[in-house]
Amino acid sequence: MSASSPTTWAGRARSADPVAYLQYPALAVLLAWPFLFSTYNTGLLTEILIFAIAAMSLDLLMGYGGLVSFGQAAFFGLGAYTTVILSVSFGMSPWTGWAAGVVVSAAAAAVIGFLCIRLKGVGFFMLTLAFAQLLFSAALKWRSLTGGSDGIGGMQRPALAGFRLDDPATMYFVALGAFLLSLVLLRLVVGSQYGHALVGIRDNEVRMRALGYRANAVKLIAFTVSGLFAGFSGGLYAIFNGFVSPDAMAFGLSGTILLMVVLGGAGSLVGPAIGAAVFLLVKQIASSYTEHWLSIVGIIFVACVMFFRSGIYGLLLRLGRRGS
Amino acid sequence: MGLLEIEGLNKAFGSLTVTRNVSLSVPSGRKHVIIGPNGAGKTSLIHQIGGQLQPDSGRILIDGAEVGKLGPEGRARLGLARTFQKNTLFPKLSVHENVRLGAQARFGSPFDLFRPARRSTELDDRAASLLARFGLDHLAQAPAGSISYGDQRQLELAVALSGEPRILLLDEPTSGLSPTETKALVGVIRSLPDDLAILMIEHDMEVVFSLADRITVLYYGEVLAEGTPEEVTANARVQEVYLGAGI
Amino acid sequence: MDLFLSQALNGLVYGILLFLLAAGLSMIFGLLGVVNLAHGSFFMLGAFIGLSVMQITGSFWLAMLLAPIPVGLVAAAIEMFFLRRLYRRDRLDQVLLTFGFSFIFTDLVETVWGRDVLAIDEPPSLQNSIEFLGGFYPSYRLALLGFGLLVAFVLWRIVEHTRAGAMVRAGVDDPASAMGIGLNVPLLLTSTFALGGALAGLAGVVAGPILGVYSGLDIEVLIPAFIVVVVGGLGSLKGAFFGSLLIGMTDTLGRAYLPDMAMFLTYLMLIAVLLFRPAGLFGIAQPQ
Repeated sequence: MSASSPTTWAGRARSADPVAYLQYPALAVLLAWPFLFSTYNTGLLTEILIFAIAAMSLDLLMGYGGLVSFGQAAFFGLGAYTTVILSVSFGMSPWTGWAAGVVVSAAAAAVIGFLCIRLKGVGFFMLTLAFAQLLFSAALKWRSLTGGSDGIGGMQRPALAGFRLDDPATMYFVALGAFLLSLVLLRLVVGSQYGHALVGIRDNEVRMRALGYRANAVKLIAFTVSGLFAGFSGGLYAIFNGFVSPDAMAFGLSGTILLMVVLGGAGSLVGPAIGAAVFLLVKQIASSYTEHWLSIVGIIFVACVMFFRSGIYGLLLRLGRRGS
Repeated sequence: MGLLEIEGLNKAFGSLTVTRNVSLSVPSGRKHVIIGPNGAGKTSLIHQIGGQLQPDSGRILIDGAEVGKLGPEGRARLGLARTFQKNTLFPKLSVHENVRLGAQARFGSPFDLFRPARRSTELDDRAASLLARFGLDHLAQAPAGSISYGDQRQLELAVALSGEPRILLLDEPTSGLSPTETKALVGVIRSLPDDLAILMIEHDMEVVFSLADRITVLYYGEVLAEGTPEEVTANARVQEVYLGAGI
Repeated sequence: MDLFLSQALNGLVYGILLFLLAAGLSMIFGLLGVVNLAHGSFFMLGAFIGLSVMQITGSFWLAMLLAPIPVGLVAAAIEMFFLRRLYRRDRLDQVLLTFGFSFIFTDLVETVWGRDVLAIDEPPSLQNSIEFLGGFYPSYRLALLGFGLLVAFVLWRIVEHTRAGAMVRAGVDDPASAMGIGLNVPLLLTSTFALGGALAGLAGVVAGPILGVYSGLDIEVLIPAFIVVVVGGLGSLKGAFFGSLLIGMTDTLGRAYLPDMAMFLTYLMLIAVLLFRPAGLFGIAQPQ
């Protein structure tokens, strides 16, 4: 997994990265979007931005840390549930709920991560899945708090500095802001001394420990930060939907987030964000033309694992190099 | 008392004993070489000192403090550095980045999530001066995987030294090198700081005798003999074991 | 019949169904190191194909006999044309691959059979309840219990007493040296994957009258089967057997007597085993 990931520090000098040239045009399009397109498309793009944050959160752990988790939905769901429960059942502002959701997710990730990072590879993968399922069953069974399988609805979108989030464009800009903030922060993290230590441990833990790196502490931080951003996106998703159900914590969602990362290309941050976009677009477009969007997604995914292990981002990089 | 002190170390894998009651002491400034036929337990011993392997019993002390409960990273923090028998460089990183990553463990701030690694002039300076000392500065920007094997072995040593250790463990630093490359590496090891305690495994007897202040002979996990190069050469049991092996 | 006794029997029946699924999952993990996330899909595929065979021929027995064959072939094809090319890569790549296939299978069954919850009827001869241990119990479930035990016995004989079984055991213990002593490893891997798949398909058919047949069944059964193999010990047939009974009982009795805690019990068991006894209760292979 790690060996095939496109992350190297030497090979990613900004000027040599053709994708880097696209980021400003892409940003311009994102900023202009609500003024150009329909409300419906704006809603779809809002959803894409929210899941892009979740995919990037997993990428930190998976692409840079080499720790493939099948439990990312647990932290996404914790963020979503905390936001809705605090706002609907306890009458707090959704903003407060969102902030609390981030804290709860990060705290849960710190505890669960402490146990999970003892295992590697498939063992880690299974343990994260087990914890996610545990939280999922809690969401299902603790009806008085979570509403059981029906979930909790009826959350009003809040206002922000006079702008009501009921307006799709306002909601969209909040999501865009959250996405850009996450992207900038996560980029800082992977480019930091800490980020380099994380990648070094992914590639050769024995060596890094012999150099004096506290590998477990480094991994635990990655797990926690990853959970924090997953909770951040989950809380935002709850605000967007005004609703939360156990689906926000389910096995299928963990798989979907993982799929977005692999599809886009692990270890690049932007890649998984693209993966989220492609996944949701394929789902949206394909499902309006054909019943078989699941197969399309499955086939693309299988092809990515088999032939394009560095995902769409890796493919773009290769095309860009050939072009220049 | 040695800077590195090992007392009565034992390690067995099932019925196979790899280390039997091994003790040794390496004071600051000494180059102590471990020799012995294949399967004598040399690498296992280095792993136990480095913390990669847990001994069954016995004590390991750095500067008088017992380190048996510390992992490799804790021992590294006390000034222990090591190289591995096989190269463990990061092949996609540049030569410079490999050394910087080593220096960062001790002199950087690996837990600062927001300080860009590229903009640390202190670490860059450390890496650059170390590379200059090893004569690798002209290769600084090349990916570590692309440079010659001999240069990689030197780089390996440079990375180990990047944290300014007090004790250096070398596991067959010259293995796989040509005679010329070996000579160059011996020169580098000679030029290391005077107060560094070095414990190294070596097969090449020419290298052993040109570097060693003191020699330990391991044989099936046990210390067969220990002493100055002259004492060890004169030892009858050592001659018996190494008969025909060219000592 | 005493409620507890009938719940315990239900637990055994559920356990034996899990075993049919987990046996293949466990051996595949032991040999290939792959957590086959498409294993639930094989189960679901078997159930649907069995349903069609039954609708066409009207015979439950033919469904049991025929449905596992295409499922085994599909599994063999996945191993030969896809998984095999990834053996040199990280094992997680193989896990991801099987995950991709599970999407395709879900779409396949929804396209062919729709999204309704369907059911396979018990064979007419087993639709009654019979007197058992001083009460009445559905005869189909008793027959299923007996059938599962028979399959377990046959599998055990194969693994312990045949040349093929010896190869499997050698492969689980140490895949590298099994290859070194000249076993036909590719054939071994394909057959294990195919047999595991066929067995899962068979389980899907015989579970039809109890669990129903619907899209989404795959994940419904995959997760408990997955808990079984981890708790029992990856790569161990014995572990899969006792693990299945343990999880089947825990889950069924839990649902009956501690309805709010049942799901937690099995997940907590899974977490505890992964953390404190990663080789499982009967296991030989470590999850690495």
